[in-house]
Amino acid sequence: MKQELKSVGKGVRKKDAMQLLLGKPAYVDDVTPSDCLVVKVLRSPHAHALIEEIHTDVAMRVPGIVAVYTYRDVPQKRFTMAGQTYPEPSPYDRLILDRRLRFVGDAVAIVAGENEAAVDKALRLIKVRYEVLTPLLDFRSALDHEILVHPEESWHALCDVGADNRRNLCAQGMESDGDVEQVFADCDVVLERTFHTKACHQAMMETFRTYTEIDTYGRLHVISSTQIVFHARRILANALDIPKSKIHVEKPRIGGGFGAKQTLVAEIYPAFVTWKTGRAAKMIYTRRECQIAGSPRHEMEVKVKLGADRDGTIRALDVHTLSNTGAYGEHGPTTVGLSGHKSIPLYTGSLEAFRFAWDVVYTNVESAGAYRGYGATQGIFAVESAVNELSEMLGLDPVAVRMKNMVKQGQIMPAYYNEPASACALDRCMQQCADAFDWAKKYPVRVTENGKIRAAGVAMAMQGSGISGVDVGSASVKLNDDGFYVLRIGAADMGTGCDTILAQMTAECMDCAIEDVIVFGADTDASPYDSGSYASSTTYVTGRAVEKACLELKEKMCTVAAELLDCPTADVVFCGREISRADGTASVSLTDVANKSMCRNNIALEATCSHSSPTSPPPFMVGMVEIELDRETGTVEVLDYHAVVDCGTVVNPNLARIQTEGGLVQGIGMTLYENIQYDERGHLSENSLMQYRIPTRLETGRLHVSFAPSYEQSGPFGAKSVGEIVINTPAPAIAHAIYRATGRWYRELPILPEHVALGDTVK
Amino acid sequence: MEITLTLNGNKITASVAPDTVLLDFLREHGCASVKCGCETSGCGLCTVFLDDKPVLSCSVPVVRADGHKVTTLEGLQEEAAEFIGFIADQGAEQCGFCNPGFVMNTIALLRENPDPTDDEIRAYLAGNLCRCSGYEGQTRGIRAYLNAKKEGRL
Ligand code: FES
Ligand code: FES
Repeated sequence: MKQELKSVGKGVRKKDAMQLLLGKPAYVDDVTPSDCLVVKVLRSPHAHALIEEIHTDVAMRVPGIVAVYTYRDVPQKRFTMAGQTYPEPSPYDRLILDRRLRFVGDAVAIVAGENEAAVDKALRLIKVRYEVLTPLLDFRSALDHEILVHPEESWHALCDVGADNRRNLCAQGMESDGDVEQVFADCDVVLERTFHTKACHQAMMETFRTYTEIDTYGRLHVISSTQIVFHARRILANALDIPKSKIHVEKPRIGGGFGAKQTLVAEIYPAFVTWKTGRAAKMIYTRRECQIAGSPRHEMEVKVKLGADRDGTIRALDVHTLSNTGAYGEHGPTTVGLSGHKSIPLYTGSLEAFRFAWDVVYTNVESAGAYRGYGATQGIFAVESAVNELSEMLGLDPVAVRMKNMVKQGQIMPAYYNEPASACALDRCMQQCADAFDWAKKYPVRVTENGKIRAAGVAMAMQGSGISGVDVGSASVKLNDDGFYVLRIGAADMGTGCDTILAQMTAECMDCAIEDVIVFGADTDASPYDSGSYASSTTYVTGRAVEKACLELKEKMCTVAAELLDCPTADVVFCGREISRADGTASVSLTDVANKSMCRNNIALEATCSHSSPTSPPPFMVGMVEIELDRETGTVEVLDYHAVVDCGTVVNPNLARIQTEGGLVQGIGMTLYENIQYDERGHLSENSLMQYRIPTRLETGRLHVSFAPSYEQSGPFGAKSVGEIVINTPAPAIAHAIYRATGRWYRELPILPEHVALGDTVK
Repeated sequence: MEITLTLNGNKITASVAPDTVLLDFLREHGCASVKCGCETSGCGLCTVFLDDKPVLSCSVPVVRADGHKVTTLEGLQEEAAEFIGFIADQGAEQCGFCNPGFVMNTIALLRENPDPTDDEIRAYLAGNLCRCSGYEGQTRGIRAYLNAKKEGRL
């Protein structure tokens, strides 16, 4: 049911915008003391090794050095650094420091000292003798390889995800609907293709960083750049083997996350130092550390088998994903699922059968984690590319092929946990995008006067809105003197603007101005429980909790007002700035109600509600790109990118648009620039922003974003999500355009100029 | 060694290690706006003015500022306030971590070229990376400011 909205749907400024633009102190390193211990980690130069001997005595003698810790000093209980709801699907395969080193950059020792110079000197003076082992670098041969990444007995998985450390297996599984083999046998064409994507980095501008101290109560106080304060508390308790009650985690402003900060990459080291020494400590990752020991996207090899009829009806899809989780299993069992669950259901409209199977393997490279799109990005590159290949092979317009096969409003999606497409405007997205882009005119390949080639490509995408049946969002709303509200949340605004978006919803519910809502979050001692900001959950899940809490608070306020008005509660009506008698004879202001709540009162004017959704309604989108390709140099320039998004009700059009633009540019980076290369000893060459080239503002082309909103009944004000889906279309759309220009399909990312110039499609 | 410089209008004298970079010195002297994104002169987050010229403070030894004037966003709040509202109206500040460097370089651009085209804006700011916004919102914000100025709406 649609209602007239005053705050939701408005492109209001982010609450913190002006302070951030003025460069005011807001981030971990700005708001924590600098006279604390500097913490750094000695990192393994070998991809696979055992520490034979380690001597720290010389390092300890460096003036200013307070502590040097090795594997002998840490608790021997394994844990995972993945920020997920307990019991985590990611195996418990980590120690704070381990004798076995599993990738170049793995932690060998922790050094804490009074200043950076002393710590740097001490790092050089730790003497380590390594037994260098042969590394397992090729993820295609990792399963059942004789080299084991995790041979240890203490490795264990909490959930049944098909993991087996004796086989280098982090997860394995299969699901299907219908008889794919039978449908394939009946199809006019069956196409089989293999795609490969690499371990791209989030490259958020603020690297991982954490400050820790012991507070007045003797507890460990952690101020960190994290998306997941509550999971962080649990993970730290597991790692340090101390009670959760001893830990307090909060986050200030975050300089970008994109999923990277859904893993506890930096927190554990300073926390350990502070817990051991009682001294305040800080760890700030260098960009190099961020690149070599961060938590990038899972490298995946996705095999797609697609069965169709000559008229373009897509009848069966068989997807197999091999995912490389690297040295540790963070987010390994879960990311892989999205490669099928968020790609296959796009074709629910015509699919008769599907099969989706996966293997996730350990190797001796950097551990992967969560990155915007979370597996969907890789799967959608593969399936959308396969559909483009099919269309081109059959001589059909790929837009028409999609129109014919796509999922429609109301359909049950067997490949998406049998959840319904309860709100789906994918058809409108496609139509609107084709019109705005002028597909009919731009699809045919053109040669420009200077001999360059202009070509177009298309792709569509979906994602989820939270993790169905798992994620919990909560909100506390409180009335204060003067009648303003405080909204407390446990979700983390990482620049995306969720503080503002949830304030808009509060203002809408309480019929007040957005300025009358103060937002506080996130803090494990003060915030109501929230899984955290990931999986595109905040708007959809936490937003609903805000609605519930507002409703409950209104009832309480009405009870207090009824006392003041001397009438039954049922006889008062809430009208924003005041509460009146239904007959209009008298009213009290919010200030009166707030004041009453502070004097001779037994009703707390505060409400806390949680929300969890049994479904995860997918947002949908379509992307179309026009490129200009130089055949001589192989350079691909993005000219225009059109995107039309169905994220349900658009809560804040400005922020939704910027999210989309930011996601598109990350997608363009992943497709054309951001490479990951390991040498034969397992060293990553893209270990700085010089080598790991994210797009500059000269490489984005012109971005044209619009919306085709559906209305999701189960979402707050009809909203779904937008944060992740937006990264998914550039790779298949650009690869399609490059095919149009060159006649060659590139099935491995990134597609670099040298590949294009040399016609080098497969490695 | 001892150096003397004018930081945001205030003369300060400090003793520094010879290998100190300007970025660290500035953060230690209360300029939290100056951010580090890369350490390899590749991101633009650490942009400050050395004698009114934009420099990457991560790659300038502080001794080079001896006897010179250094300006950070802390010292240019009013000049920034003129246009940043237009960026905020786009939602393009996002996480904000790249904003100080971006705002500093935009001030430099507008001082040099008060009426740039969109392409001139992009070219001038090419060294300022942003991972959140996709850049276009930043350009729209600057454009909206320039239009407002031209139309006398400021
Ligand atoms: S920190 Fe100076 S350019 Fe990146
Ligand atoms: S706003 Fe986050 S990096 Fe630019």
